[in-house]
Amino acid sequence: MGDTEIELSVFLQFLFSGLTAGAVYALVGISLNIVYNSTSIINLAQGEFVVLGGLGMWYFLEHLQLPFFLSFLLTITVAALLGLLMERLTIRPLIKKANLLLMIMVTIAVSILLKGLLMFKFGKDPYAYAPFTEGEPINIFGAVISQQILWVIGITFSLILLLNLFFNKTLLGKAMRACSLDTKAARLMGINVSRIVMLSFVISAIIGAVAGIAITPITLMEYDKGAILTVKGFTAAILGGLGTSKGAVFGGFLLGILESLTAGYIHSGIKDAVALLLLLIVLFFKPAGIFGSKEVIKLRKL
Amino acid sequence: MAKRDYISLLIFALLILCFPVFVQDNYILTVTIFAAINSLVALGLTILMGYAGQISLGQAGFYGIGAYISAILSLNFGLPVVFSMFLSVIVSALISILLAIPALRLKGHYLAVATLGFGEIIYVILNEWGPGGPSGFGDIPQFSFLGYTMSTLTEYFYLSWFFVGLCMIFSMNLINSMAGKALKSIHDSETASVCIGINVSKLKIKVFVLSAIFASLAGCIYAHFVTFLSPSTFSLHYSILVLMMVIIGGMRSLWGAVVGALIITFLPEALRGFKEYDILVYGIVLTLSLLFLRNGIVPLIEDLFRKKA
Amino acid sequence: MILQMKNIHKSFGGIKSLSEVTINVAEGNIHSLIGPNGAGKTTLINIISGIETADEGEIYFKSVLINKKPPHERAKKGIGRTFQHIDVFGEMSVLENIMVGFYPKKEKSFIKYALNLPDVRKNKKEILEKSKEILNYINLYERRDILAKNLPVGEQRILEIGRALAIEPSLLLLDEPAAGLNMRETRELGKLITKLRDERGITIFLIEHDMDLIMKISDKITVLNFGRVIAEGNPLEIQKNDEVIKAYIGEEE
Repeated sequence: MGDTEIELSVFLQFLFSGLTAGAVYALVGISLNIVYNSTSIINLAQGEFVVLGGLGMWYFLEHLQLPFFLSFLLTITVAALLGLLMERLTIRPLIKKANLLLMIMVTIAVSILLKGLLMFKFGKDPYAYAPFTEGEPINIFGAVISQQILWVIGITFSLILLLNLFFNKTLLGKAMRACSLDTKAARLMGINVSRIVMLSFVISAIIGAVAGIAITPITLMEYDKGAILTVKGFTAAILGGLGTSKGAVFGGFLLGILESLTAGYIHSGIKDAVALLLLLIVLFFKPAGIFGSKEVIKLRKL
Repeated sequence: MAKRDYISLLIFALLILCFPVFVQDNYILTVTIFAAINSLVALGLTILMGYAGQISLGQAGFYGIGAYISAILSLNFGLPVVFSMFLSVIVSALISILLAIPALRLKGHYLAVATLGFGEIIYVILNEWGPGGPSGFGDIPQFSFLGYTMSTLTEYFYLSWFFVGLCMIFSMNLINSMAGKALKSIHDSETASVCIGINVSKLKIKVFVLSAIFASLAGCIYAHFVTFLSPSTFSLHYSILVLMMVIIGGMRSLWGAVVGALIITFLPEALRGFKEYDILVYGIVLTLSLLFLRNGIVPLIEDLFRKKA
Repeated sequence: MILQMKNIHKSFGGIKSLSEVTINVAEGNIHSLIGPNGAGKTTLINIISGIETADEGEIYFKSVLINKKPPHERAKKGIGRTFQHIDVFGEMSVLENIMVGFYPKKEKSFIKYALNLPDVRKNKKEILEKSKEILNYINLYERRDILAKNLPVGEQRILEIGRALAIEPSLLLLDEPAAGLNMRETRELGKLITKLRDERGITIFLIEHDMDLIMKISDKITVLNFGRVIAEGNPLEIQKNDEVIKAYIGEEE
């Protein structure tokens, strides 16, 4: 292969690895948006559900040796249940206080609790299981793309499509959107807001878990990956504009690619710093994000 | 200062003076020294959260900056320890102003994540470019003052708790002053505060800088006590621990910072046989505190006393 | 004219809240702003005090353009206000609510407060005295140690006025100060407002729905409907004005 061809394949390699990470960030960002839209709370425990997905899948698939689909279903069920518990036990009793500081603290507390549970059950080791399909990696212009990467990207886009259909075509989904635009009006129209809140936590828990299930064969999963995933997911969400779904997708992939290119071409140690710097830049200079608007930020109340 | 403040300070001073006389165990002394250092960080955060109503998830950043700069100035540049500490605190204050100006325009979650991001960036910088990288570095000069170098645990005990007492006096003065009332008013209603002429952003920045100064001072003491630094001490985990100290002790109580710091610093000891449980216990304690002990331990005790009286 | 609003326009996401609003408030007047709910009255007061910005138009205070000035500076220049939904500092005592109003003009550095220097102590003593004076003036001295959130509504409204007095205002913006007050309290409020104008020379610009109060104490009344000025004049003129009657009766339907 000639020089440019090698460069192209290297670049594509980084690009795809960036897309893979970006897919996870996008999914976390979408989950954060769903909860934010119905409650005005940023769920700082979101990342732990991703970890839960990966570790849970290992537990059912590898440890208990259950079939793939059963393990998958069980994992997302556990995640959904924990999301439900979180909402019922910690969010619902406190949200009436309308104290933003308190709500932030509560989600932090839950994230520590979940992390503690995961550490207790799984210890500090990394876990992984086999990719979904065995098979030869695909060659794209010299870049070696494993099948799992395609699974991750495929699952992500499928989820995004599903969510799109849900929010735009189903009655429940539209009710959730109404809730996000104006909680009071939604309540007046007979929409059960507290059920919507519960649903949003459950849905985002499931999405997080799916992301974790998909990514673990590639990156492995450890008990403490949650926090940094939450930060990066939040970065993705605000990059695109908090509350907007296409924003989180755009932000997630952009972040993933930038990160990967930085790690590849500049220095891998500062990979995390990319997300952090991007986060601060967006927060300080354009907190509305790329697709958001200034008024959306001002009008947000608990 | 209110009368009860004088009394509490007096009791505090007596306890501190007597403690090393009755407790000679090196291990316990060491842990109490760390509790003092943590109290300082927690005190700054208490004022920031409980009085100015702002959140910071990045105190570890200033803790680390304080420690590293003082260590480097005294070790690599040969400056006297006290001078290094002073310069380090000044630098931390300046950095905090740079952060505060854009960050404090943000509210709630945005501010929380921005400070988190800041703390993490500092950690990455220390990890990549700090002396010794992730492994850290040692041989940091011990604390010395007017030619006398401190080397015993008892000396560091008195030194660290002296600083706690000093900062407590400053904090009490501040809270009881007109500025303290202005802070309380911001916490109650920023809109109303602004409409009586209070420059809310400027005040928030001042308090943020205060919290950074306390945290970096704590870092300096840490550096010259332990004489060894590594980035892992100054991670997000620490920022969250400090947050827990403030919540458990009581966000609106200055002594709460000390109580919370003592509890959290000693907790790992109480959990010594249960290493796998420790994060879980933190999570449970924190969640339960938020759900049931909303104001923290110290206000709870104060309320009990008031009901009896 | 102590306050001049010229051609104020304000929209909220497509809904025009204020259109071409031009009002001149003469110094020493009690100038009332009335109109059906949703007419944009609170928005206008928020724009004057600076916590919201107009899309178009200018505001002059003592002939100085204040459009670009942040709210805390406007307060320092002498514009005080109260709030439609009471906004006292609930966790502070009545006395502290007044005292904090004196802070901005005498603000010092944190270091001085932390060290509790003599000038800081003297400052606090002076503020304490001046605050007690205000509390006596508004008849809340006996309630001085009670937490503001524990006061009944009527006293909270008076407290808000007292807090605004601490900034030594030349203009006082009152947003529905009589809301939630019974007849006796409303009468006392009317007396207080008139006293402020007569004894302290403060210009009052107030929003109210209580027509008895408005007609009794106002020197001039501006009527707002759907964000537009539909009438202006003294109480007698306004009572007879057809447009005004239509606006209100239309609302009752």
